[in-house]
Amino acid sequence: MSRAARERYSLRPTAQLRRRKLVNHLMEAIGTIAALAAVAVLGLVVWAVAKRGAGALNRDFFTELPPTFGETGGGIANSIAGSIVIVLVATAMALPIGVLVAIYLNELAAPRIRRSIGLVLDVLNGLPSIVIGIFVFGLLVIGHGQAAWKASFALAIIMLPLVARATQEVLALVPDALREGSLALGVSRWRTTLGVVVPTALGGIFTGATLAVARAAGETAPLLFVSSVTTSQVSWDPKQALQSIPLTIFEFLESPNPEDHEKAWAAALVLMTFVLVLSLLSKAFLARSRRKLAR
Amino acid sequence: MTAPAATPSRPLRLSTRSFGDRLGDLSLYGLTAGTAFGAVALVVLLVYELFDQAWPAIEKFGLGFVTSHAWDPVKTKFGALDFIWGTAYTSLLAVVLAAPLSIAIALFLSELAPRLVRDVIGALVEMLAAIPSVVIGLWGVFVLGPFLHDHLDSFLDRTLGWTPFFSGGVPATGNGLLTAVIVLTIMIIPITASISRELFLAVPDELEEGALALGLTRWEMIRGVVLPYTRGGLVAAVILGLGRAVGEAIAVTQVIGGLLGIHVSLFQSGDTLASRIAAQYQGAATNIQVAALVYLALILLLISLVTNVAAQLIVRRFEFQRTGGA
Repeated sequence: MSRAARERYSLRPTAQLRRRKLVNHLMEAIGTIAALAAVAVLGLVVWAVAKRGAGALNRDFFTELPPTFGETGGGIANSIAGSIVIVLVATAMALPIGVLVAIYLNELAAPRIRRSIGLVLDVLNGLPSIVIGIFVFGLLVIGHGQAAWKASFALAIIMLPLVARATQEVLALVPDALREGSLALGVSRWRTTLGVVVPTALGGIFTGATLAVARAAGETAPLLFVSSVTTSQVSWDPKQALQSIPLTIFEFLESPNPEDHEKAWAAALVLMTFVLVLSLLSKAFLARSRRKLAR
Repeated sequence: MTAPAATPSRPLRLSTRSFGDRLGDLSLYGLTAGTAFGAVALVVLLVYELFDQAWPAIEKFGLGFVTSHAWDPVKTKFGALDFIWGTAYTSLLAVVLAAPLSIAIALFLSELAPRLVRDVIGALVEMLAAIPSVVIGLWGVFVLGPFLHDHLDSFLDRTLGWTPFFSGGVPATGNGLLTAVIVLTIMIIPITASISRELFLAVPDELEEGALALGLTRWEMIRGVVLPYTRGGLVAAVILGLGRAVGEAIAVTQVIGGLLGIHVSLFQSGDTLASRIAAQYQGAATNIQVAALVYLALILLLISLVTNVAAQLIVRRFEFQRTGGA
């Protein structure tokens, strides 16, 4: 065989192929590094919060009130109670309304209306939470004073599109055969919807709601103007302005006192653990109920 | 005469539904439609309410508010230009940093990683989005800021000090535009990355396999098939990330330094629309200052409405193309 032919039929990669493979490896490496970097940032944040927060975390932190000026120790019991009240009331507002909106969009509305209202929900979901806070401040607080339920209202506006979209998604997965079977048996539309379709999707609806709770629990901006002038007592009354964990972190951080910084880290650890566990659990359940419905 | 048998006296009823069922259908329809249109009305009310509350400031400062520098509660002079600049500058820089990284992450997750790795790392990236912004801000102030100040700032000053981005010497603290941009980048990446991943996963396998079968390397397949196929959706994913950055208040308030002024150098402090509003929550004393704050919120609302609606319309058009309008 001549040299030219040998080159021609050689299985050794040409220079061009080597270059293409090099570029390919380079790009693959960039993608891998970027993904690892994102995970590393998550690790850095979680590690910093866990390390710095664990120090100030003890039983008093959950059961005691913040210390008065000049004292040490104490905890954030009032913020924890306030956060629980605010988020529970917000869920009580957003969950039923979000589910009703989703039932309308998925079961009853004409396609065109479904698309338009879906767009409105997505836009609502993208609005800055501080703008929603200012809206509730203008609507309910100016001239009337702050209250925890008004903060709940602001959080409910944030949760509504999340609940509605998640519910709509699982409702869409309910097989049409179930609806048709029920209707063919002479069952009316409303009983089909409430008795067959919604119960089938119930698991997905609740996990969607949990995800919305996780998001709402960490929101600070809507609370600033609506429930920030508070007493440092443990109160469960939604008609009062109540302190909350995110706001406590925000305020402790601006404090010149290093002990407050430590408490901010501990509060961040509590909040982050709550939010991450909740969103992990709900995502796992969501994946499961989706699989179950899609079968 | 044999006439045809008379029709039965009972006419055929087209609807045999009971009264209760008709009532039930009607009330379910009314209730759900009411809440759905109520949600739409809420958005309209939101826009109206912000206009209403900002009206004293709109009347007093007019559109000149947008182009005016001042923020002086004592002399009741208010303007939004510094904050609009701060918002635009930090958000755009964060998007420029985040977009390629997010797309690289999404490509890794959708095209490269084995299934198990994809699920685990994908979940971790989404967890990054779940961390409350106040916690990211706390980390920014006490960990990221000092780190930048101690280790990176002097290096940037030495190597890139001649560019306008890092001019003016090493800053005294870790807080400033640079920290804000990095914090925003961290907050955008999970959003843009997870939307992009969904887009990439939706590219038909036949197209990808066809490209590979023609002898293309994986990167050539991505560049020639995946990216062109998802272009519109990627633009929307980036815009949605931008919308998040524009609206982020808490974390930015904590790390940006909160000073007036229009600076290009990232070593300087600044302020954004959202962070100025958040920072003033206890300080708004006079009616006109409250109105000016709401005016800022109104500008923020308009910016985020435009970016959001644009992004959503692009996403919808993309889905429409992909599904052939189904």
